[in-house]
Amino acid sequence: MDNAILRRRKREVLGGVIVLAALALLPLPIKDVYTQNLIIITVLFAGLAQAWNILGGYCGQISLGHALYFGVGGYVSTLLYLKAGLPPSLGLFAAFGVSGLLALPVGWPCFRLSGHYYAIATVVVGEIGYLLFLNWDFVGGATGVFIPFHGESWAQLQFKTAKLPYHYLVLAFAAATWLTAFLLEGSRWGFAWRAVKDDVTAARSLGVNIFSSKMAAAALSGGFTGMGGAIYAQYVGYIDPDSVLAGHFSILIALPAVLGGVSTLWGPLIGAAVLMPASELSRSYLGGSGRGVDLMLYGGLIVIVALARPQGLVSLFGRKDDHARIA
Amino acid sequence: MPVAEILQVAAGGLLMGLIYALVAAGLSLIFGLMDVVNFAHGELMMLAMYAVFAIWQLTGADPLLLLPVVAVLLFGLGMAIYRGLIARALSVQFNRGMVQIFVTFGLAIFIRGAAQFVWGGEFRSVTGHWLADRSLNLGGVFLPLPQVAASLVCLAAFAGLLMVSRTEFGKALEATREDRDAVALIGIDRDRIFAMGWGLGAGAVGIAGVMLAGFYYVGPNVGASFAVIAYVTVALGGFGSMLGALVAGVLIGEVEAFTAALWEPSLKQVGVFAVYLLVLTFRPRGLFGKM
Repeated sequence: MDNAILRRRKREVLGGVIVLAALALLPLPIKDVYTQNLIIITVLFAGLAQAWNILGGYCGQISLGHALYFGVGGYVSTLLYLKAGLPPSLGLFAAFGVSGLLALPVGWPCFRLSGHYYAIATVVVGEIGYLLFLNWDFVGGATGVFIPFHGESWAQLQFKTAKLPYHYLVLAFAAATWLTAFLLEGSRWGFAWRAVKDDVTAARSLGVNIFSSKMAAAALSGGFTGMGGAIYAQYVGYIDPDSVLAGHFSILIALPAVLGGVSTLWGPLIGAAVLMPASELSRSYLGGSGRGVDLMLYGGLIVIVALARPQGLVSLFGRKDDHARIA
Repeated sequence: MPVAEILQVAAGGLLMGLIYALVAAGLSLIFGLMDVVNFAHGELMMLAMYAVFAIWQLTGADPLLLLPVVAVLLFGLGMAIYRGLIARALSVQFNRGMVQIFVTFGLAIFIRGAAQFVWGGEFRSVTGHWLADRSLNLGGVFLPLPQVAASLVCLAAFAGLLMVSRTEFGKALEATREDRDAVALIGIDRDRIFAMGWGLGAGAVGIAGVMLAGFYYVGPNVGASFAVIAYVTVALGGFGSMLGALVAGVLIGEVEAFTAALWEPSLKQVGVFAVYLLVLTFRPRGLFGKM
């Protein structure tokens, strides 16, 4: 690696530490529960979008079915807790494992497809998961599952009114996805994925094992998404197929990365910081009427950002030489 | 399963399948022409259904009479969407594929919100029209007339699309599909062809929407469920192939009908998706897609 790349990576680490510290301090002066909740959701989706970015951005496989991993992760930690007594703090890792493994049999048929064929196959796989959970009585079917409250504890990841512990939980999650993306950028896999994305045939001729490199990206991406789903389930205390597996969740997970800037370290966070408050605020101030004004604003925002900043909002920040790399 | 029942299920599958085929044909046409998947396709169908509902409510006109009106409206809307959004999305330098997906996705959410704004969230239906509640009895197999009419109109629309492909315009369309840069050299206005392609695609799904409104509820989310089936139909038939859309649409209608009858109605789409994944494992470009 030449010096310019090393310097840039040092700068990224420094930036990462500063942003992490700032986000750790951010909720301390805030007393308002609504704002606390908004920040937690934003940071959670920054992490989810970064998880999506590993497969959709760095590896270039536009998945529109990540709701599957998100929902399955939520169900895994919740059901292990309710049916086997495993504390959700460990359940998070089980969710990572199950969703990560699930990405392999999903990837096996889907990675044979390219372009739009791949994107549509992921939509379909997500829909299959949604329909199966909806009709599966063991997991609560359409009624879903409640997580009963058993007192405040980090092992159970349950806190009656305090939001701060959840804030640090989602922050640790988002930081873990960021760090993974950072390490991948500089790794052999990271280079292989960029090569696969830019030119499949050329990458193959250089000896990149395309199929297994895509499978690795899918497993990591699915695993982190499942972990995020488990955290979400613990945070809201109730899950059903419509709230965690429905197709629009796949879009919610991908959007911050796409609008913030795909295959960048900061795009998912910037995208989430714009999108989540925009959608929450428009919903609470305009959605109450039930007249769809919030949807119109949200949809309009997506169209405008995608057309005006195709390389992502991240391009508004940073230095020129970084842009060249993103392109 | 007795023969009469098998025939009944198969007939139901065929009637629904022809509608799926026409919805998919519009999507496939646009994709084949310019490599863009319109993720707002289901919402265009929803708008056509609401247009029927609104005009019917206002004037009491029969949905069948509204067919040409709504088809023309949708044609104009499709062209407007191309001129206003898609032409811009095609001209971006970065992440072109992703921008196209999310521009049409944003548009879908916007249209859904707009429909909710105008008509509210509740389900509506067009009742008491000319064909409502009538059915045809073919030796014990009952065919509801609104669905028979819908599938006949869909077949006619398919024939219409094939006729268009034989005209001068159709040849320009085919040439643009083959090589979008070379056609500019022989004096074909590519932008106009693309806009017309969007008009035709939206018009086709509009016709399907009008006929569907005769027997199906209308709501802001009605497009979403049909859209997933439409993407599956197009991918199964092969992007850009009209014949593929027709065959895949009917196949999907049949698989759905038989899954519901033999297994479990609420899992009928799982049967469809399973067949789709199975076919794509062996033919990654769909049944009639160019390899």
